[in-house]
Amino acid sequence: MSAAATTDAFLERAPQLLRDAVTGFLPEPWRWIVNGIIAIAVILAVFGLLFAFLTLAERKILGRVQNRPGPNRAPTPTLPFLKFLGKIRTYGLAQPFADGVKALTKEDVVPRDADKLLHFLAPVALLAFSILTFAVIPYGRHLVPLELDAAVLYFFAAGASTELAVFMAGWASRNKYSLLAAMRALAQLISYELPLLLSWVPVVMLAGTLSTTGIVEAQAGWKWGFIPHWHVLTPWGFCGFVIFMVSALAESNRSPFDLPEAESELIAGHLTEYSGFKYALFFMAEYFGMIALSGMAITLFLGGWRAPLPFLEFVPSYAWFAVKLITLLLGFIWIRATFPRLRMDQLTRFAWKFLVPLALINLGTTTVWSLMAGSTALQIARWPICLALVVVPFVVIGRTLSAGVAPRTYRYAAS
Amino acid sequence: MSIPFLIIALVTLGAAAVAMALRNLIHSALLLVASWAGVAAFYLWAGAEFVAFAQVIVYVGAVSMVVLFAVLLTRRSRDDLAVAPESLGRALSALLAGGAVLGVLFGAVLATGLKVAPGPAPTVSVLQLGQQLMGPQVASLLVIGALLTVALLGAIVIASTDRDDVGASLDDARGRRQAAPLQEPEDTP
Amino acid sequence: MLGTGLIQGLAVTAKNLVGSFHDPARYTTVEYPEVKQKLPEAYRNFPFLVAENAEDPMGTLRCVACLICEKECPPQCIYIVRERDAKGKVVTRPKVFDIDISVCMSCQICVEVCPFDAIKMDQEFEIATASRFDALLLKKEDLAKPNTYYHQIHPKEAAEVDAILAEQKAKAAATKAEAASKSEAAKATKPASATTPSPAAPRAEAPKPPPAA
Repeated sequence: MSAAATTDAFLERAPQLLRDAVTGFLPEPWRWIVNGIIAIAVILAVFGLLFAFLTLAERKILGRVQNRPGPNRAPTPTLPFLKFLGKIRTYGLAQPFADGVKALTKEDVVPRDADKLLHFLAPVALLAFSILTFAVIPYGRHLVPLELDAAVLYFFAAGASTELAVFMAGWASRNKYSLLAAMRALAQLISYELPLLLSWVPVVMLAGTLSTTGIVEAQAGWKWGFIPHWHVLTPWGFCGFVIFMVSALAESNRSPFDLPEAESELIAGHLTEYSGFKYALFFMAEYFGMIALSGMAITLFLGGWRAPLPFLEFVPSYAWFAVKLITLLLGFIWIRATFPRLRMDQLTRFAWKFLVPLALINLGTTTVWSLMAGSTALQIARWPICLALVVVPFVVIGRTLSAGVAPRTYRYAAS
Repeated sequence: MSIPFLIIALVTLGAAAVAMALRNLIHSALLLVASWAGVAAFYLWAGAEFVAFAQVIVYVGAVSMVVLFAVLLTRRSRDDLAVAPESLGRALSALLAGGAVLGVLFGAVLATGLKVAPGPAPTVSVLQLGQQLMGPQVASLLVIGALLTVALLGAIVIASTDRDDVGASLDDARGRRQAAPLQEPEDTP
Repeated sequence: MLGTGLIQGLAVTAKNLVGSFHDPARYTTVEYPEVKQKLPEAYRNFPFLVAENAEDPMGTLRCVACLICEKECPPQCIYIVRERDAKGKVVTRPKVFDIDISVCMSCQICVEVCPFDAIKMDQEFEIATASRFDALLLKKEDLAKPNTYYHQIHPKEAAEVDAILAEQKAKAAATKAEAASKSEAAKATKPASATTPSPAAPRAEAPKPPPAA
């Protein structure tokens, strides 16, 4: 199928057509404003629902991995004359809504001496900055809310601002443990900011643009007809993708980097003094961060909304984006189910001594790759060279860092 | 003077002014962050997207952290955070010094005779910015890079030399424990 | 190489996830109360009184009110009052048999000491009540359950008890037959007149208990 055929395909243009049917009659400046409001509302609705069902999926998958069902008892709400509704078995699908009701109706406890304004603002600011990051991700061929020249920078600028809200939460609680935990959370966030930013610099270098639509454009086409030009399928791209995903895990406070919010660590860390809806807002912000970072990883490394094979292009672009997004999110959940938590010093050591050098070396690898983009001989030769440049430092640094650590031996336990 | 310019100017200057006036250091720091965000809004209004987002990343994302950590780690208690001028004389002399700096800056800005551009400002793309940085301005980029690297290394060196005595005492303790291991309690007959 | 352990860990969790849908060993949850787990036979929770048949549980209790379990119970949670007939003579039935299950600790001592296999351990644990005082004192009516129920909950034990009881009854019948034949032989050899009132008659007429009040 030619590119023109796919861009004109009905399913591809369906969102535009729908929107124009609703707002087409408005005069120009109003139409721009209402289009913007519709885009915002759709993003909030879609990702809000995704957040709700993501929490459910996480609990059910974690349960199944741990030999138990997840939540499966939440009933649908009933009215006196509709009692039969309560007997329908929903297999847990009503759980997110039950959780929402619980969060909304719980008492909002604010410590007496807490800094009331900051205590209120912290979850608001966190959520606001997390939602701001959704604006530049291309969800489909014509579905970018905001086309910016420096879109990737905007994304990480908004992400960096969320750290401030974490500090505000810890400070405003007037609880020295909350403050300590907020400091630790900040240290974690700042440490992993660097590998996160360094991992996409090669992508921007090779794509030549900071605009997300431009980066997705740069991953067009198929080599030999069936291997897509996605960045993840190159040595430096794979390395960058892995570093990006690990740093994204840490940036969104996700296991195994969930020291700030683990229950056994300083109660709930900087969230200790939050209850009810504000607590739910913090979690919403965390999951939105997860979704946004996955969306950015898809844009930067996985070809955005592009189909993996040419004959699969009839599937609309936003469907491909959704498939990739859900795959990455399920990967996040899988990782949470598997790995134990990292200690604070292990966390920071991992970031500074392992990820940052690897990310810097990755930059060098990308340079080598792009300099060897001449003749076909060079292009074939660059694969083993770049693979070596990625694997050898990984093994060497890994070995050096785990040098003093041997498998544990036990004196008394029977082997 | 367009409306957006006025609004951004009011927010920036207002946040800075309230930051000066408040006694609570943390509130002041956060309002300062708001004024930096206002500067970023200025850049956006002027069409310099790259600089605006860089401003947010660097100032709101990193420098604010530095300021807050510095405030928190150097104050012993929450009451210490309230800052008030020690005497009227000190307040007056601070005002005079600040006013003098302000006057100098104002005079310099007004005296350079910046021309008002006749049409809309040219939008500089990130590509052009990059080419400028790597081309004509590469010397300043290298100097700033070297400066920042030296600062980072210096911070690490300072932090590690502080730990020498801590490391030494830990090694002492470990050595003592290895020399005389704990006696296993004898089984009572 | 660094990272192989991580991949192995991911494989283990994936195997658990996929296995939980088809392999019962990887899905160990019993969704109580819709599905109840099968209790082991030796499980015990408060005691119950065994009645021989289900139609007349109060009338066929094995308990003869010997008061041994009341005396042996460590927390003294059993309260027994013997039945007396119209003339005030003790009848081997309990009039009142109360167990306070807020005190009972299911130690099974009453079961161990009962010479008549009349009290055995039950397996009922779903006995949460809303009232603190009334529902925690189980009376004779609540405690009496038929032997078929005993077979249901402790099949092996019940079979053994039944065997022992049958053996005892057979032995008792055998000794009675022997005694009867011996007395008949004695009667035949004795030339005395048959004016001795047969001692068997009054005992044979010993009234079988009327239904308990």
